[in-house]
Amino acid sequence: MTDLNALTIAEARDALRKGEVTSVELTEACLKAIEGADALGAVVHKTPEIARERAAAADARIKAGGAPSMCGIPVGIKDLFCTQGVASQAGSKILEGFRPEYESTVSAQLRDAGAVMLGKLNMDEFAMGSSNETSVYGNAVNPWRAEGSEAALTPGGSSGGSAAAVAADLCLGATGTDTGGSIRQPAAFTGTVGLKPTYGRCSRWGIVAFASSLDQAGPMTRTVRDAAIMGTAMMGHDRKDSTSADLPVPDFEAMLTGDIRGKVIGIPREYRMDGMPAEIETLWTQGAEMLKAAGAELRDITLPHTKYALPTYYVIAPAEASSNLARYDGVRYGYRATLKQGDGVTEMYEKTRAEGFGDEVKRRVMIGTYVLSAGFYDAYYNRARKVRALIKRDFETVFADGIDAILTPATPSAAFELGQEHVDPVEMYLNDVFTVTVNLAGLPGIAMPTGLDARGLPLGLQLIGRPWEEGELLNTAYALEQAAGFVAKPAKWW
Amino acid sequence: MSIDTTTAAKVAKLARIRVEDEDLPALAQDFNAILGFIEQLGELDVDDVEPMTSVTPMRLPRREDVVTDGGQQARILANAPDAREGFFAVPKVVE
Repeated sequence: MTDLNALTIAEARDALRKGEVTSVELTEACLKAIEGADALGAVVHKTPEIARERAAAADARIKAGGAPSMCGIPVGIKDLFCTQGVASQAGSKILEGFRPEYESTVSAQLRDAGAVMLGKLNMDEFAMGSSNETSVYGNAVNPWRAEGSEAALTPGGSSGGSAAAVAADLCLGATGTDTGGSIRQPAAFTGTVGLKPTYGRCSRWGIVAFASSLDQAGPMTRTVRDAAIMGTAMMGHDRKDSTSADLPVPDFEAMLTGDIRGKVIGIPREYRMDGMPAEIETLWTQGAEMLKAAGAELRDITLPHTKYALPTYYVIAPAEASSNLARYDGVRYGYRATLKQGDGVTEMYEKTRAEGFGDEVKRRVMIGTYVLSAGFYDAYYNRARKVRALIKRDFETVFADGIDAILTPATPSAAFELGQEHVDPVEMYLNDVFTVTVNLAGLPGIAMPTGLDARGLPLGLQLIGRPWEEGELLNTAYALEQAAGFVAKPAKWW
Repeated sequence: MSIDTTTAAKVAKLARIRVEDEDLPALAQDFNAILGFIEQLGELDVDDVEPMTSVTPMRLPRREDVVTDGGQQARILANAPDAREGFFAVPKVVE
């Protein structure tokens, strides 16, 4: 039998229900795997006591019968989610020592479904980054290595700890959040599945805010079925988030038939970028052929404003971040700088924020401040909101023309090496080129592994769905997963 | 357009982030790289486009204007770097 920590959520659920395994056993296997994986830097706050207590409670609940699918399943929670009594730092020094008095809605829904929290997972500071290198804890490391190389690779970001933990079998699933690609890019870099739901599906309440009109939580798992199971548990209406959608959440797992005959898959020509590696191009073509072989119809489509998505994002996200991060002032929670005699409240703000925020966060807060400042608001922020409306309209047009889902590459490359010098901050932003349109338009998107590159590293494709139709999107992804038959795992070196 | 160190210092002040004088040229350079990237948006004619205000078309929910929560002073102060006598404590604000 597979190691217990390497089971999928679906396998573990079935074994739990049959009484072949207990949640306590699953949990101990994961805790042991975590203990041996410090080199991955994935788990930044371990919570074994909470895990053991919840596992025992889950076993009792399963025994009583009628427990939900996530009951007894050990999961990791991204550090961005506030978890009651447990450090929740968003990867930042400025939230050092912060122990929330409350639980985020998403992690509370998982807890109430009986899921077992193993610990908090590494991430880029305030979810700002694509390599997990802006984290105050130091970066997480990708469990995958290129063949014949010992170079440490990024697990991607910002949900890099979540992706590394799922890929290395430290947990059965993990929560992630996605503002510009932060679930889907790390999933692609680690050979795992990452679902960003439609904006409004998962409550944002209790998740440390980065860019409120773009942020969305979602599951990170090893299979599409697991994403369906965990996603169902995470989504749902919440009165505490005014943008939360008051729509029923279907049982996504029950919608996985693998039958996509007659579905129309759009292939957007604007995603064929200059300088894109041939391997990504091939992967994309192969993915399209697999969907066609499964009975779908392929159609070339155009999303004409795609090239403006990244610049639009780099106005809107920093603008919203500068507003959201204004709350870190050294007064109510977290870090406060040591002050000199005679320092007033302004010095307290300025020193606290200078010492508490990392360079990338400071850069984005200041860019946001600039684009919102008097005289520039119309030229930058308002213009970006208008272009965002055009980007959304591109998608509405193709969906109105009968497109059911859109297939694109997930990332422009496989995982890259950690520790590279980035002279130009814009260079790192290009990682999100295929994912960021989805956040701007508020759509659901899923990244999944479909192949390996020449060096043996996983590569992923992305499917984009219609708003609120995660079920159909997951089913298309399920068909692609079956056709691709991706089973590779990283060789254990840690 | 180009950001000089004076503008960079002004933005840092507005953002309430202390930046030492010797770090201002590098910061201004970062701003210029990012703003140069953003400039592409100027290529588009957006005169007749309404700016997006809501990601998904929905009316913000309303509720009765009544108190739904409160009376949690100790929990609210629990994470404060400095709390005294039921208040957040800060350095002197007014001379």
